[in-house]
Amino acid sequence: MSGELAVYLVQFALALALAPLLPGIINRVKAKFAGRHGKPLLQTYYDIAKLLGKGEVISRTTTWTFAAAPAIALAGTACAMALLPLGGAPSPLAFAGDFVLAAYLLGMGRFAVMLGALDTGSAFEGMGASREATFSALAEPVFFLALMVLTSLCLDLGRGATAAFSLSAMFDGHTAGAWLTGKGELLLLPVIFFVLLLVENCRIPVDDPTTHLELTMIHEVMVLDHSGPNLAMILYGSALKLWFFAALAAGLLTPALPLWQQAGLRLLIILLLAVAVGVVESIMARLRMERVPYLLGGAAAMGTLALILTQAR
Amino acid sequence: MSLFITAICILAATAVLCALLAVRPLSENAARAANAVGVVGAVVGCLVGLCSVASGPWTGSESLRLPLGLPVGACSLGLDALSRLFLLPVFGLGLVCAASGGIALRHEAPDRHNFAAHWFFYHMLLLGMALVMTARDAVLFMLSWEIMSLAPFFLIDFNDGDSKVRDASWVYLVAAHLGAVALMAFFTLLWQTTGGTSLETLRQTVSYGPLAQPGTVTGTALFVLAVLGFGAKAGLAPMHVWLPEAHPAAPSHISALLSGAMINAGLYGLVRSFGFLAPPGAAPEWWGWALLLLGLATGLMGILKASAQSNLKRLLAYSSVENMGLMTMGVGAGLIGQSCGNAWIAVLGYGGALLHMLNHAAFKGLLFLCAGEVLHATGTVRMPLLGGLQKRLPLLGAAFALGAAAIACLPPLNGFTGELVLALSLLDGPALFGVERQMGLLLALTGLAAISGLAAALYAKAYGITFLGEPRSGFAANVHPLSWRTLWPLAVPAAVCLAGGLAAPWFFDLASGAAQSALPLPHQMTQAGLDGLAQARASLAVGAKISGAGLALALLLLLARRVLLRRRSVESMPTWGCGFQGASPRIQYTDAGFTEPVAKLFAPVMGLKTRLRLGQGLFPQSGGDLNVSAPDRLRSGLFTPLFTAVESLCNACKVIQHGKIHLYILYILATVVGLLIWGLRS
Repeated sequence: MSGELAVYLVQFALALALAPLLPGIINRVKAKFAGRHGKPLLQTYYDIAKLLGKGEVISRTTTWTFAAAPAIALAGTACAMALLPLGGAPSPLAFAGDFVLAAYLLGMGRFAVMLGALDTGSAFEGMGASREATFSALAEPVFFLALMVLTSLCLDLGRGATAAFSLSAMFDGHTAGAWLTGKGELLLLPVIFFVLLLVENCRIPVDDPTTHLELTMIHEVMVLDHSGPNLAMILYGSALKLWFFAALAAGLLTPALPLWQQAGLRLLIILLLAVAVGVVESIMARLRMERVPYLLGGAAAMGTLALILTQAR
Repeated sequence: MSLFITAICILAATAVLCALLAVRPLSENAARAANAVGVVGAVVGCLVGLCSVASGPWTGSESLRLPLGLPVGACSLGLDALSRLFLLPVFGLGLVCAASGGIALRHEAPDRHNFAAHWFFYHMLLLGMALVMTARDAVLFMLSWEIMSLAPFFLIDFNDGDSKVRDASWVYLVAAHLGAVALMAFFTLLWQTTGGTSLETLRQTVSYGPLAQPGTVTGTALFVLAVLGFGAKAGLAPMHVWLPEAHPAAPSHISALLSGAMINAGLYGLVRSFGFLAPPGAAPEWWGWALLLLGLATGLMGILKASAQSNLKRLLAYSSVENMGLMTMGVGAGLIGQSCGNAWIAVLGYGGALLHMLNHAAFKGLLFLCAGEVLHATGTVRMPLLGGLQKRLPLLGAAFALGAAAIACLPPLNGFTGELVLALSLLDGPALFGVERQMGLLLALTGLAAISGLAAALYAKAYGITFLGEPRSGFAANVHPLSWRTLWPLAVPAAVCLAGGLAAPWFFDLASGAAQSALPLPHQMTQAGLDGLAQARASLAVGAKISGAGLALALLLLLARRVLLRRRSVESMPTWGCGFQGASPRIQYTDAGFTEPVAKLFAPVMGLKTRLRLGQGLFPQSGGDLNVSAPDRLRSGLFTPLFTAVESLCNACKVIQHGKIHLYILYILATVVGLLIWGLRS
């Protein structure tokens, strides 16, 4: 048991350390597509290190809500990460219903950042908060739908109710093996998780994270007023969130291999997903705001379909 | 039990004292004294009441039969886990609201309001609620129910100079009485079928009594009447229309008590009556599905209507509707699990509903009291006029933020725990037989996720627009400062919100004990039910630890930030306007602007109306504006036509009422002759 715990801790530390690599990969892929050389792969690390060494400029309008928001967001995301198995070893914190906690921990971070944005009294940041509130409210049922397909499958695979409702059971590799043995509907899930990744992390086609101004309408616009260590926490928090959703999709694609192979494959798939995000960003334009719900609606329809197919046998 | 009777006696004695004081107009000092008497009586009574709830074994059941003679039925009271659980909000909020109300009434003019009468009705409400939760006899139950329903009419009507307040209290009275009519029919039918009025006897004899086969017409009628009668009190759609009228009109300590404790009586009635309407496990399955759907519809409607409100108290009222919907979903899941033989779904559905009831009482009480303090400090609860209060009223802002985070189900606060237990219950849907049942429960969970997602958006708005940013008007800019001396009663529900999250297993023990006593399971399911409860308790314990660790991590990060910033420059500048220099508070997002994307999206479903008026020309001088409103279509489409029809029918009947005595005597004669003929024929 302690062996598994050690493995998990190593993997968790690795995830915390490698998360800022993902935005770097995405940027690099985008640059290659555009024929540029692009930023260094480790740019996010450099940014975080530099920001941690700076002072802050804080708006006069704000209160402690604004100052505390990035810390709360980062803490929530890190705790949610600790519930997710990262290949081979179950999370030591796993319990029945832990995905509900993970969803609400992410929600806690979002709530804090939205309040931080409203705290500045800026029209722009209010707009970002309003849109984030809308889209995350729509994304939540989709997230639950996708995970319910997995809980049903785990119950189907003969696990008791207590074991089946935990992320560690849903992503232990056996579920990924199931789609090879006739559970074709499971292949819809990585697509859903990828859409959720794009929505929750505000990537193209939902939002364009390239600039701080006109093109960026949701996440980046909410954090316009943050600077210094707080901005570093925001940057690191969003990198962790990106890793969380990529790990969800990767968890479904790695079958139950021996420990290190499974962990390695999962890591590889996470990095490949970052490349995929880069490709999507390079070949697509941002959707109009009123079209984003259709994207989520499509994901919800796929989720419902997968759920029906899982139940119907 | 004797402690409970003591509490009742203290409340009754204070009520009598207040009633004696209320008969003649009081001088200013006497009014202040009446205020003090009311508060002290309520606080002492509620404290003794809380002691009585805590004393004695939680799982056991005590009963008492008073030798007071009622014409029908008996004066019997009982205290079991379910009653104790529902008494907690009654006495807890009764105490907090009395303290807060006493402070609030200091600012009211004693010559315009009758304080003694106010406190008389406050005590009557507390008495009525306490007796409803403990009555073990149908007649006594109905009597206390009427006391509980009538007293709020006079409490809501506190500011009776305002015609809107008078209208609101009439809407409340009509709704309360329509519910009571259904309940009278319910208990009469019950009496007719079973021949008894004792609820305890009914419960014990249900397996071999006349209700042993609940699928009959009588059983169905009883179920429908119970849902109508208790649902009207709980605010289930479409009987919710009184809530958004009554809560904004009432003084805030009354809104808090009504919303946190009184509407629970509807849930209590439902849960209690399902104990004797069908033998364990024999309730028809469609009862559960009907409640689940009704709860889901109520929840979705409540949260969407709440999003469109710009009046903070009306927003909170609609949010109460939503939360009662969630609890009803839990009860529905409990019934489904019971009749399908799945103990896990059954006990966790009931446990989740009851835990959420407890949590809702804490955070909704807190939020309504906060709204009252906002009103008191600024003079308005209209969000478009507020903003920037966090800076001016930091303590109040922190309390509201805590309540908002709790009701948005964010860990580590208590709102999350009830939601987790409900989710665990619904998640086991695939264990049922048949794809329609499995999908039904899982899609209900999806609905639950949508509701809680929208709740997070709603409360981000409620707190963000009201308390953050710059003041949007003079109301918010020139606030009347509030010190901790005014705000201390808020600390109690705030502490419960935090404790409910961090000590979740302990709170769950209360709810699960009540669920076990309320939900009789067939013998073979009992062990599985206990296992399910133990599992949910374990989940809550780990969850509480993780969210506590999250809180600690956040504090640690804040500390690290402070250490990092210690020797560096932290400048204070205006908000970054993206190059625009002429920023003013008017540039900020308003509540309508914040909701506009949700409102547009759900406009076809919920009838939310968005009205956008833009300024004309290249450089518009006069401001445009955006308005999101949610006309209650159920009120205008169902109740207004219904009551208009009733009124015209009554007017038509007036033809025979003309005041001529000789014709009335003729009616009597005609009736007697008619009855004689009818009697001769048969």
